[in-house]
Amino acid sequence: MTCPGSVPPNTASKSMTAYIPESQSETGITEVKNTTCYMCACRCGIRVTLRDGEVRYIQGNPQHPLNKGVICAKGASGIMKQYSPARLTRPLLRRPDSERGDAEFEPISWDQAFDILEQRLHRVRDTDPKRFALFTGRDQMQALTGMFAKQFGTPNYAAHGGFCSVNMAAGMIYSIGGSFWEFGGPDLERARLFIMIGTAEDHHSNPLKIAISQFKRDGGRFISINPVRTGYSAIADEWVPIKPGTDGALLLALINELIKQGLYDREFLIQYTNAAELVNLREGNEFGMFVRTEVPEEEGCFDPQNKLWWDRITNRPVVTHSKGADPRLMGEFALDDRTPVKPAFQLLVERVKNYTPEWAAHVTGVPADTIRRIAHEMGIVARDQKIELPIPWTDVWDNEHETVTGNPVAFHAMRGLAAHSNGFHSIRALSLLMTLLGTIDRPGGFRHKAPFPRPIPPCAKTGTGPETVRPNMPLEGMPLGWPAEPDDLFVDDDGEPVRIDKAFSWEYPLSVHGLMHNVITNAWRGDPYRIDTLMIFMANMAWNSTMNTQRVREMLNDRDETGEYKIPFIVVCDAFQSEMVAFADLVLPDTTYLERHDVMSMLDRPISEYDGPVDAVRVPVVPPTGECKPFQEVLIELGARLKLPAFVTKEGSRKYRDYPDFIVNYETEPGSGIGFLAGWRGKGGEKFMRGEPNPNQWQMYEKNNCVYHYRLPRSYQYMRNWNKGYLEWAQRHRLIRYAEPINVHLYSEVLQQFRLAAQGKTEYRQPPERLRERIATYFDPLPFYFDPLESQQTGKRMYPLKAVTQRPMAMYHSWDSQNAWLRQIHAHNYLYMSPAVGRQGGFDDGDWVWVESMWGRVRCMCRFSEAVEPGTVWTWNAIGKASGAWNLEAGANESRKGFLLNHLISEELPPGADGHRLSNSDPVTGQAAWYDVHVRVTKAEAGAHETHPQFKTVRPLPGMKARPKSWLAFFAGGKR
Amino acid sequence: MIVLTTLIGVGQGLFLALYAGEWYMRIHSGLRDSGEFYVTASVLSVGLLIAGLVASFFHLGRPERAWRSAAQWKTSWLSREVIVLPIVVALVALYGAAHYVASSPDIAPWLVQRYWTLWIGGVATAAVLTLFLCTAMIYACIRFLQEWATPLTVFNYTLLGSASGFTLATALAQHYAAEMTLFFGVWAVVVTLVALATRVASLIRNTRSRRKSTLQTATGVKHQHITQRSQGLMGGSFNTREFFHSASPAWLQRLMWLFLLLVFPVPILLIVAGLSVKMTGILTAAFVAQYIGLLAERWFFFAQAQHPQNLYYQTMG
Amino acid sequence: MTQLALVIDLNVCVGCHACVTSCKEWNTSGVAGYLSDDRPYGEDPTGTFFNRVQTFEVGEYPNCETVHFPKSCLHCEDPPCVPVCPTGASYKRPEDGIVLVDYDKCIGCKYCAWACPYGVREIDTHQKVMKKCTLCIDRIYDEALPVSERKPACVLACPTSARLFGDIHDPDSNVSVAIREEGGYALMPEWGTKPANHYLPRRKTRIRIHEDELVRSDNPLKKERERPVGPVREQTLDDVTSW
Ligand SMILES: Nc1nc2c(c(=O)[nH]1)N[C@H]1C(S)=C(S)[C@@H](COP(=O)(O)OP(=O)(O)OC[C@H]3O[C@@H](n4cnc5c(=O)[nH]c(N)nc54)[C@H](O)[C@@H]3O)O[C@H]1N2
Ligand SMILES: Nc1nc2c(c(=O)[nH]1)N[C@H]1C(S)=C(S)[C@@H](COP(=O)(O)OP(=O)(O)OC[C@H]3O[C@@H](n4cnc5c(=O)[nH]c(N)nc54)[C@H](O)[C@@H]3O)O[C@H]1N2
Ligand code: SF4
Ligand code: SF4
Ligand code: SF4
Ligand code: SF4
Ligand code: SF4
Ligand SMILES: [Mo]
Repeated sequence: MTCPGSVPPNTASKSMTAYIPESQSETGITEVKNTTCYMCACRCGIRVTLRDGEVRYIQGNPQHPLNKGVICAKGASGIMKQYSPARLTRPLLRRPDSERGDAEFEPISWDQAFDILEQRLHRVRDTDPKRFALFTGRDQMQALTGMFAKQFGTPNYAAHGGFCSVNMAAGMIYSIGGSFWEFGGPDLERARLFIMIGTAEDHHSNPLKIAISQFKRDGGRFISINPVRTGYSAIADEWVPIKPGTDGALLLALINELIKQGLYDREFLIQYTNAAELVNLREGNEFGMFVRTEVPEEEGCFDPQNKLWWDRITNRPVVTHSKGADPRLMGEFALDDRTPVKPAFQLLVERVKNYTPEWAAHVTGVPADTIRRIAHEMGIVARDQKIELPIPWTDVWDNEHETVTGNPVAFHAMRGLAAHSNGFHSIRALSLLMTLLGTIDRPGGFRHKAPFPRPIPPCAKTGTGPETVRPNMPLEGMPLGWPAEPDDLFVDDDGEPVRIDKAFSWEYPLSVHGLMHNVITNAWRGDPYRIDTLMIFMANMAWNSTMNTQRVREMLNDRDETGEYKIPFIVVCDAFQSEMVAFADLVLPDTTYLERHDVMSMLDRPISEYDGPVDAVRVPVVPPTGECKPFQEVLIELGARLKLPAFVTKEGSRKYRDYPDFIVNYETEPGSGIGFLAGWRGKGGEKFMRGEPNPNQWQMYEKNNCVYHYRLPRSYQYMRNWNKGYLEWAQRHRLIRYAEPINVHLYSEVLQQFRLAAQGKTEYRQPPERLRERIATYFDPLPFYFDPLESQQTGKRMYPLKAVTQRPMAMYHSWDSQNAWLRQIHAHNYLYMSPAVGRQGGFDDGDWVWVESMWGRVRCMCRFSEAVEPGTVWTWNAIGKASGAWNLEAGANESRKGFLLNHLISEELPPGADGHRLSNSDPVTGQAAWYDVHVRVTKAEAGAHETHPQFKTVRPLPGMKARPKSWLAFFAGGKR
Repeated sequence: MIVLTTLIGVGQGLFLALYAGEWYMRIHSGLRDSGEFYVTASVLSVGLLIAGLVASFFHLGRPERAWRSAAQWKTSWLSREVIVLPIVVALVALYGAAHYVASSPDIAPWLVQRYWTLWIGGVATAAVLTLFLCTAMIYACIRFLQEWATPLTVFNYTLLGSASGFTLATALAQHYAAEMTLFFGVWAVVVTLVALATRVASLIRNTRSRRKSTLQTATGVKHQHITQRSQGLMGGSFNTREFFHSASPAWLQRLMWLFLLLVFPVPILLIVAGLSVKMTGILTAAFVAQYIGLLAERWFFFAQAQHPQNLYYQTMG
Repeated sequence: MTQLALVIDLNVCVGCHACVTSCKEWNTSGVAGYLSDDRPYGEDPTGTFFNRVQTFEVGEYPNCETVHFPKSCLHCEDPPCVPVCPTGASYKRPEDGIVLVDYDKCIGCKYCAWACPYGVREIDTHQKVMKKCTLCIDRIYDEALPVSERKPACVLACPTSARLFGDIHDPDSNVSVAIREEGGYALMPEWGTKPANHYLPRRKTRIRIHEDELVRSDNPLKKERERPVGPVREQTLDDVTSW
């Protein structure tokens, strides 16, 4: 394999005239195994060829539904990850005489590591389980980690969603019951017009690439809305450069124009959304809520069909979906009791009235004519290029449909929309736009992926008060959930947060993925309380997944008056020597994706396709390196040691041999038949979704490309929010509790309820005084545009530019700089900007510059680019590294020339007048506002030659392989 | 390459000078020379040629396989050079040996008054000219290296090599065979002047020539405004190391003036001065100056060539 | 006669570099041995690759295109790199037109690299021989592979299928059809090297909106408008004339 500085035996002299290896004996023993890639969270199927036990070739698995044989730059570089010298191979304990961050460790045994953890966590669980916090990054096992936290009894659990794209999830799921991200996507196979907003690479990277190129080849028109033109935007037919953070304005103006021209799908709005439902406008505690019919139905977590329409034929209110009724979308009416009412759509019309293209042009920088033209393109394509698929289906109101209709305008959006503090409302606006065009779960539009669609909001709920956290007891409720009303919030009697990250509190009521980006700051400050043990899995919280990185690193190493660390104990489970590892007290070396079992479960985010549920597994293709142990095994061992109910038998002994055993035999409830994997359930593998444990489940997955793919009958594949067949099927297979329609929340009553509470009009829980106005403002039942929170508080004259990052396709966050091949493509990063910025600042392409925000400054090199909106500067995300991390040499480009934009971004907004600090996040969802930062760029002093800030070089850790001194020649196997 | 071409250039030029000198001597004075001069100069010429050959080996990735490089004489000028160079070495050596024998009556008296040396020299001259052609064509045959792809390259290589050879011969003659100094000196000046003409002609040609390859032809994108944003690698590659020099245009300009001065006027002045005061030292200085100038000239020659591949490797990013 | 080649569709290439690393991955453990990397974890890491993806910007803001541009050996039909090679290490296979380097013969003189206008040959600093794209000759003829996989590694990898592989001399091959129908072109045609690899240009899809498409009889807004009911009180023509 890697032979630093030496020539592998016989390879140099192999004659090129004999191209094809004659026999195995000459080339070594090769074998081929299927598993699932994890060079990123896309989860493509891969086929790994081994030669003499070493990884020789990783290719896409042609039989895999997701990537259909293709692979990306990262996936094809898996070899360099597997054999990277940055890999951790032994459990490590911080040397007691060293500071956190210095990375001085002693190797210890796993037994010792478990003993330390067991003792510590036992004590915490015995006293106050919430003093244990478990936060995880880009992992794909939230079902297990979340369950572990619940079993432990701590509410302090979340994965990366809060700092990633929760606005996307929440904004769309609270509107249409599904969302982009891993939950749904654009149907580019049938779309004719595709609008991509703020996406550089996406979670679903390979499938999206496959789909976009196919779409273009089929003659579809592709518009990209993005301040920067790279990657996907490069091949767009039209690039619409936009000022960061202003998409909400653009989307609202598009809605304005579509309504003005009548380019909306009236039928769709009436039948499948709450657009025609009458909103109560009588002052009082029902203001802004839908009017309900007299007979109150049993309510669950679904929308009972007990609302009213205004029928234009009888000119009277009727119960929605009454046969023969044709409701008005616009107008103003009075009920018999004189209650003034308006259809929700009318309120939307009034809302967008002032959001004209001219107004939006001013905000977004996109010319009004362009906005109008794009609106017309959308509306006309949706209306005139209708798709009729000859698929009969029945809706929940028992209407039979001969065909499935599609309006072939598809959208996709990701963090360019999400990662702003006004992202939730922008994304609501996008959901409404898609709804107006009639493109929800229809061919050529947006398509759900199982287990979506889900009720709005989904049923899962957290606890609602501190009493749900009790010593030695599992947590009541879920650690994460979907509040439907103020009473669902996870707050104490004063309305203050129960969770360390303040999720589900009045500060960020719908923070459905938590706020991982505030955990360290809150724990350090002891606000709302101090914790004991912070366990971080697969997240580089001392570097790129943290805002205000420099300060956070200080917090991690900060002590109180008594000399105790403010965060007393930090456990990090990582596979590599990341920046975060240096701050751990205890380091747990994880396996790589090629060394372990994993599941991409229906309980988490499976790899479902539009046509039905799909889940997948990973199986080891090479043995673990050194003493690496899968984190799953750690959790199962800890669960057994701590006697968490789900992990032990009634008698208190260990229940599961190991993780594979757990996966096969665990059921959500004894006999529920629901487990982590949906495929090949039942004794002989004859059942799916539900069924008894099957001891051969793993083998069956292995035999089937590590994927279970269930294709729904065609008539269940579309309109699933309202598709009777589908909903009943989903209920039968326990995907959902109710087979009730999931009408689009064009108008959000959920938000209105929070607003009413904030206005003191309800008996619901009330927000603390300091937050009333904030809730009342941002919990608007209709989307509206506001300047991002940080923009509201920054001197735009002082800091005239917006700074954003985007993902390079050939790098995954911070974790690929240890990859010898990938780092040659992105060894360091530049700040890209319009030449005009340089002209104004008197510097040239390639010069060193200072970039300053009101939070800090970095020095870096600049590059001029025409492909960027002139008010925006940008860089590739997470290329810069701390010196010595990832087992890179001290002089490595990543630390000397590379930089991290995170130093300029704050995790908190400037303190308010009352000294209270709020997270630099969306006020509705707690989504980290990465892309709100304002900066200025000035020429750096002469002689500048490295980036700022620099950090003390850390030394390689015990157990890490020595990095090859000067060169590397990888050749797999080769025992010829 | 720089050392190789200049060293063998001097070696070849020196031989040409010797051979010309022999004819001159025979025709004008029937004078028989000092064998010592011919022998020494031939040995020197052979030495220079071999040194050039050795230098070229070092430049190979795999010198142990150098023998293979003679294989493609049908198509490759490099291969031809590799074949002709040893022949030249052999012939010049033979020429020197013949002179040695001829000037040592006690070895083979029957050879003394014959024209053997002229015959051998004649063949060697043909070989030397072929070698000049081969060396120059290595560069001149690459059609897209527009600065090189011209017959002027052949003239320059031949004339500059010859000029330096004649200059060296002048200095040598002053030491070993003073009666021939003037002949060599005059011709050194003449050849240098002709070389100046062709070299300047090529400089003018190169400043005037329009680049056929542009970013437009390199990428096939028809637009006036194309810039490279990234070359797909950030730590450099063979393509960024081999074809680029870090010299600035200003430096190149200076280098051009330097070689124009050192190769042409300086040696000419020194030769004239050396001839008039008959001092070997000054004449040697003329050669040294010219040789250094030639090193600069060759450096410039390589640096000036704008390889079209460079269009693809403009920006790290 | 066969001339195998790649055709690269710039219309869909998103510059993901999958072709770059999959090529490295396949070939470093391929029949010809490793592709070395210098300073793999240090300053200015650099290694031997057969294929690179570059990015160009065309035009000025806002009328600006970003073009991702993959480039490997173009397997020229009249390859200037071949005749100059003194050892015969560089050669063009008559049977399929692939230009190869025989590592056993190459002396590392770099002459061929100078003779290639496209900058696609790279000397391996440790094996000390010239290397370049082989069109994955050890895949495309390997009968142990399923037919569908007898393709270059980069072609199999490419997520946008921007890389087509086939015989450009066969007029019915996928590559010939693409070149013919999509306006395929060669790089630096001025040197007469006749590159076998071709590039397909960007193509734009536009939608033309006719004004009358905005005024349609089925405009749903009509359903929301009140129809005037009952008589109007103001004057009408009825009041002033009788015809
Ligand atoms: N400025 C800026 N900052 C950002 C973003 C941005 O756009 N701009 N994006 C944000 C977003 S969306 C996200 S999701 C975060 C991501 O941020 P992180 O979740 O911190 O992602 P990584 O940097 O990849 O770090 C994950 C850690 O997982 C480790 N790891 C890799 N493989 C394994 C494994 O198999 N097992 C274990 N145990 N560990 C492993 C890596 O070594 C690394 O330390 O970054 C956020 N930060
Ligand atoms: N190769 C690779 N793939 C990845 C990742 C990776 O690190 N590397 N990370 C994964 C993760 S965790 C995530 S969250 C996804 C994220 O996938 P994306 O959402 O595609 O990721 P970003 O790179 O954050 O892209 C943000 C894009 O939005 C643009 N943008 C910024 N602000 C605005 C704005 O206000 N309006 C508009 N319209 N555009 C804006 C930026 O220019 C950029 O192009 O990618 C996943 N896939
Ligand atoms: S997109 Fe690439 S890295 Fe991500 S899973 Fe697929 S092949 Fe692996
Ligand atoms: S793999 Fe395909 S899309 Fe990606 S850079 Fe290469 S050619 Fe372009
Ligand atoms: S692209 Fe260069 S290396 Fe390839 S055949 Fe043409 S000239 Fe030769
Ligand atoms: S480097 Fe090798 S292949 Fe290239 S010309 Fe020299 S011997 Fe031939
Ligand atoms: S054809 Fe093979 S060798 Fe050539 S670039 Fe593609 S993967 Fe590399
Ligand atoms: Mo993310």
